Amino acid sequence: MPESATAASGASIELENLTKRYANSPQPAVDSVNMEIKAGELVVFVGPSGCGKSTTLKMINRLIEPTGGRIRINGEDVTDIDPVKLRRKVGYAIQSSGLFPHMTVAQNIALVPGMIGWSKSRIRDRVEEMLDLVGLDAGEFQGRYPRQLSGGQQQRVGVARALAADPPVLLMDEPFGAVDPITRDHLQDELIRLQHELHKTIVFVTHDFDEAIKLGDRIAVLRERSHIAQFDTPEAILTNPADDFVSGFVGAGAALKRLNLTRVRDVEITDYPTVTVDDPLQNIFNKLRDSGTNEILLLDKRGRPYKWLRRGDMMRAKGSLARAGTLVSDTVTRDATLRDALEAVLTDNAGRVAVTGRRGEYIGVVDMETLMNSVHELLEADRLEAMEAQHELEEARAFQTHAEQEGAGGEEKA
Amino acid sequence: MTTTPELEEEEETAAPTPPTPPKRRITWQKLTILPAFLVAVLLATWLWFDQADLDAISENALSNGQVSKALWQQVQLTVISTFFVLIIAIPLGILLTRRAFRKATPVAMTFANMGQATPAIGLLALLVIWLGAGEKAALIGMVIYAVLPVLSNTIAGLKANDPTLLEAARGIGMSQLGVLKRVELPLAVPLILAGVRTALVLNVGTATLATFGGGGGLGVLITTGITTQRMPVLVLGSILTVSLALLVDWLASLAELLLRPRGLEVGT
Repeated sequence: MPESATAASGASIELENLTKRYANSPQPAVDSVNMEIKAGELVVFVGPSGCGKSTTLKMINRLIEPTGGRIRINGEDVTDIDPVKLRRKVGYAIQSSGLFPHMTVAQNIALVPGMIGWSKSRIRDRVEEMLDLVGLDAGEFQGRYPRQLSGGQQQRVGVARALAADPPVLLMDEPFGAVDPITRDHLQDELIRLQHELHKTIVFVTHDFDEAIKLGDRIAVLRERSHIAQFDTPEAILTNPADDFVSGFVGAGAALKRLNLTRVRDVEITDYPTVTVDDPLQNIFNKLRDSGTNEILLLDKRGRPYKWLRRGDMMRAKGSLARAGTLVSDTVTRDATLRDALEAVLTDNAGRVAVTGRRGEYIGVVDMETLMNSVHELLEADRLEAMEAQHELEEARAFQTHAEQEGAGGEEKA
Repeated sequence: MTTTPELEEEEETAAPTPPTPPKRRITWQKLTILPAFLVAVLLATWLWFDQADLDAISENALSNGQVSKALWQQVQLTVISTFFVLIIAIPLGILLTRRAFRKATPVAMTFANMGQATPAIGLLALLVIWLGAGEKAALIGMVIYAVLPVLSNTIAGLKANDPTLLEAARGIGMSQLGVLKRVELPLAVPLILAGVRTALVLNVGTATLATFGGGGGLGVLITTGITTQRMPVLVLGSILTVSLALLVDWLASLAELLLRPRGLEVGT
């Protein structure tokens, strides 16, 4: 892989009979995991605590040395290469960021590029690029120390550091576990956006099933000793859990959770009449009258949704834009889930929510009707799929029973 | 993205716009109060000596640059012994926190504790019997006596590091040596420096005992003052010892403030 490639996209990961045994316990901590992760895929390991998901993850970059089995990245067997070299090619982000408190944000991000010998000017550019990528202003943040950042900002820098040397693979060990729910939501959205841009292979560990559904292209539900209970797409796991363990983990409200699987970008974003604060008042009046709706959206100087203006608002406020209308309380990005959108629509009394782009600029709106229609279509499609899958599963079970009766080693797969 | 010339960017990284202006680490009070006090004490002592009439014995003990010689010896003893303490205790502390040697930590700590628990003067006497009188015996005694604070602080500082942080360091591809150099030691610096400061002050004190082993130093003035029953000689020796200890402690506290890695301070 040429190092100069600006964005190395993902590499495949294969785990073959990966096992970790500790000397002081009779049972292996991780028992013969077999898994193929495709290049550019975001796979989430989810399972109860102590199930070995973190251990499995740490074996991929050999922070924990496996006692058996092979690891292949992009087909190359990395089980016996120098672990330091391996880790420089594999990004690693952990809970509560793992930033070094005595180094500035820029120094933290520059660590891995520095270790693999990039030139100073290239590193400097890269630091700015990475901060920009995770949505932090380079000029403002690069000289700060981790202590001077909020938890969410630290986590962003942690991700920037993990991606700095452009590794094809990124390992994330409960990276958003220590931040508050609102920030976590934002960070998850950011990660989805990043993944859309970068197409890395990401292995993400969490114990939060909702997080797994929201982020994963595929989810591996793990039970004790890292046995894979089910490894499939979120849709399939929700509509068709493999066994009681998985359905117990999925929990109640699968239909609502389904809303987490579809994003605003997948539904129709409608256009809406807008004016900006710089428009002369007369234009605003005209637009309100001509629009055919009883509300228009007022954008601020940078094109971000600012206020909803109703007919008559301007009259009551005596023509002052500062006083007229109601402030836009909530917006969603295109990467937000339908669940977020529904939440926002439900709290807005007009029944619609503005969709914004990366820098908060207005793109369109999503309203109740659009959401209802999409949900109906989705659930219908799921039902059909589930029926098909059920059918397949029954066939597979019949086959398995058959195989077991024959005495073949069906246990390995179970 | 615009590409600005390198020099300009260098300045940008060196002086970003921080949320709050960086606090000065060393306040003017810190810089001035103690030196002013020391100057006042020394000035008062000098004035007193200037008008005091000294008899022949006192004159004899203080003339011919004997005072400055004793002071210089005292400084030398302190600096040299501290130097050896550092090059013994810090590497030993690092070694004892590595996985392979961790089991030896209690043993090493027991020895270090014994070194400090022994009365310095007894230790010195034993060394003189063994090695003969002279600077060497005095220095070895001082080193044994002062190793403990540096060693125990080095170990404590390295052990206090958050293991998840060290795992993160390894996880992003640092070698063992890299983790030690770039993460573990910098983070342990405040505690190690505190240990060094303690050792320095201890050494200034024990250096006055060097005279019993024939090592010279300000202790010479004090013992002469006592044996000849000449107050001025005794007072001068004591005041110089105390002033030197305070000065060394002050210098060490400045070093602590300056060398502590930025970003570790509360309130930045």
